[in-house]
Amino acid sequence: MIPAETSENVLQNSHIINHQNVMISLKNIEKVYRTDTVETLALNNISLNINKGEFLSIMGPSGCGKSTLLNIMGLLDAPTRGEVSIDKHDTTQLNDKKLAAFRNRKLGFIFQSYHLINDLQVLDNVELPLLYRNSSAKERRQLSIEALEKVGLSNRMKHFPTQLSGGQKQRVAIARAIVGQPEIILADEPTGNLDSAMGSEIMDILLQLNERDGTTIVMVTHDENMARKTHRLVRLFDGTQVQ
Amino acid sequence: MLKNYFKIAIAVLKRRKFFTFISLFGISFTLTILIVMTAFVDNITGANYPEVNRERSLYITTLQQKNVKYFSQQNGPASFYYLDHYVRTLKTPAKVAISSLFSPTNTYINNKKLVINLKYTNDAYWDVMEYKFIEGKPYTLQQINNGERIAVISEDTKKNYFGDVPNVVGKYIEADNVQYRVAGVVKSVPATMFVSYADLYVPYTVSKTDYKHKSLMGNYTAILLGNSKEDLPKIKAEYASVVSKIKPDGGFDVFVSGADPYLGSFLRATPLGDSRNGGISKLIFIGSIFVLLFMLLPTLNLININISRIMERSSEIGVRKAFGASGMTLVGQFIVENIILTFFGCIIGIALSFLILQVLNNSNLIANMHLTVNLTVLFFSLVACVVFGLLSGVYPAWRMSRLQVVTALKAQ
Ligand SMILES: Nc1ncnc2c1ncn2[C@@H]1O[C@H](COP(=O)(O)OP(=O)(O)O)[C@@H](O)[C@H]1O
Ligand SMILES: [Mg+2]
Repeated sequence: MIPAETSENVLQNSHIINHQNVMISLKNIEKVYRTDTVETLALNNISLNINKGEFLSIMGPSGCGKSTLLNIMGLLDAPTRGEVSIDKHDTTQLNDKKLAAFRNRKLGFIFQSYHLINDLQVLDNVELPLLYRNSSAKERRQLSIEALEKVGLSNRMKHFPTQLSGGQKQRVAIARAIVGQPEIILADEPTGNLDSAMGSEIMDILLQLNERDGTTIVMVTHDENMARKTHRLVRLFDGTQVQ
Repeated sequence: MLKNYFKIAIAVLKRRKFFTFISLFGISFTLTILIVMTAFVDNITGANYPEVNRERSLYITTLQQKNVKYFSQQNGPASFYYLDHYVRTLKTPAKVAISSLFSPTNTYINNKKLVINLKYTNDAYWDVMEYKFIEGKPYTLQQINNGERIAVISEDTKKNYFGDVPNVVGKYIEADNVQYRVAGVVKSVPATMFVSYADLYVPYTVSKTDYKHKSLMGNYTAILLGNSKEDLPKIKAEYASVVSKIKPDGGFDVFVSGADPYLGSFLRATPLGDSRNGGISKLIFIGSIFVLLFMLLPTLNLININISRIMERSSEIGVRKAFGASGMTLVGQFIVENIILTFFGCIIGIALSFLILQVLNNSNLIANMHLTVNLTVLFFSLVACVVFGLLSGVYPAWRMSRLQVVTALKAQ
């Protein structure tokens, strides 16, 4: 425990230096899940700063709290204790409407199981984040086509998700995550359901996004090789940060 | 945005064909029943041919005599004497039509039995009612006073009795072993018009029962026509003051009667009846409650279906929330989807109603009855659609919007 805490402090200190550039700041995050009988401490006092333009990967055994951490960063879930700031905005006090607007502007999500809407065509799926902004139909269409071009799927716009392979679905999901040009992309095991060839394709797209557009990316992964390609690796064990 | 809602709504409806069918069936079936039922009610109670003056008419269809001591009571139509003596002489009505209830008589034509419904009337009857004469004209006061055996027949009777001939005025028709000379032929009236329906109309003076008999009860009804709608309260009041002075028949100590609008005149003697407007407001109240309960069923059904649909769509809800939809936005989306569904249900319901009314009208279920869609009902049906849509959408949508993003995404 003691070495973990020290290394965390060291990390934190190193980031305080360029405080200007902090994009996501977690302070003493604790998450407790309560069911009728059991209390699970999913996250135990996690503090973490992620810089603008950083590509961070999170690793750890199954059930150690990686998704929980990512969801809290993405404002999809509220911590039991602690503070989440995004781009220097404290998000603790935001109401449902403000949170929604915040997610819409700042964040893009990529999930392991894609979470595309099967009733909508690829293009409509990609457009989704833009629906919750004031943008015209024409503009939405334009941006969505551009996003699909970036992931190399502009020839599948009129398909339905069920007509695509896993890798294609994930690329649609990436297009959806980037269409609104968010500053942060949160990816929870984006290659978890894909074979290694498709997985590295996805990884390449993410790396390119990070390098070319300067998008801050936090990615949960089980793949050491992929983690090695990112700027920094955080390891979790039983809800505690160990590296 | 709306276009997008529309797309997803259609997609969801198409995907869940069975649920969609059940929902649409519930809505359209309810609506169809309502529209057809009100078309019937409208047909029976509305100011339709030939009683087009119902707006400025009052009806006396039932008298009531009571014996307070023995708790006995007699309800029924009035005698000719009563109506002629106490009602025709009122000063406020412009005209008073007096006619008997129709009664069936048999006649034979080419050895084939033909049932003819006979009605005795006075002369003002032909002024108060607006029968359409296809040929000839009504009998006159003079002819009635002379006791002439003269008749107005319906168009159907003309066809049934005389066959396909152009002209029957002056010919004779036999009913109840009496030969009547035809004075005129009128467009037929459906049997749902209790007061004005008959096959053969003849002067009351040729009736075999004694129309001069002085008992109060008999089998005649009266229609009091005012010069305008505004005259009706005056007529009611004058009649009430006359009634208050009338002594009941022997054996009774209370006499009750009132001049009421058409529907009220029949309700007066029922438990619904009251002295003010014969209980119409109570009937409307009960009717509205019935209609509301009736519409509640498909609404509850829809709410139920919607809740189960929500659970299926929790991933979609999670995704939308993750990408920036607020709870309120999702509530809006879901309500719009629901309104689209109910709108289709309404369209189907209205189309079905028109179809059924068309079939009913053509099938001659009730001869000469022509059912039409009441525009007011149509309007309220459309309003009901929106209410349906809102009611059945709001609660599920509210539940949906409260789902945590993480929970929604996980539940798959
Ligand atoms: N909604 C929940 N209710 C109760 N326990 C949960 C819930 N979500 C996660 N957990 C528990 O929290 C811990 C961390 O879960 P998670 O963040 O999903 O782990 P990982 O993504 O690292 O596999 C696990 O023990 C898990 O069982
Ligand atoms: Mg996980």
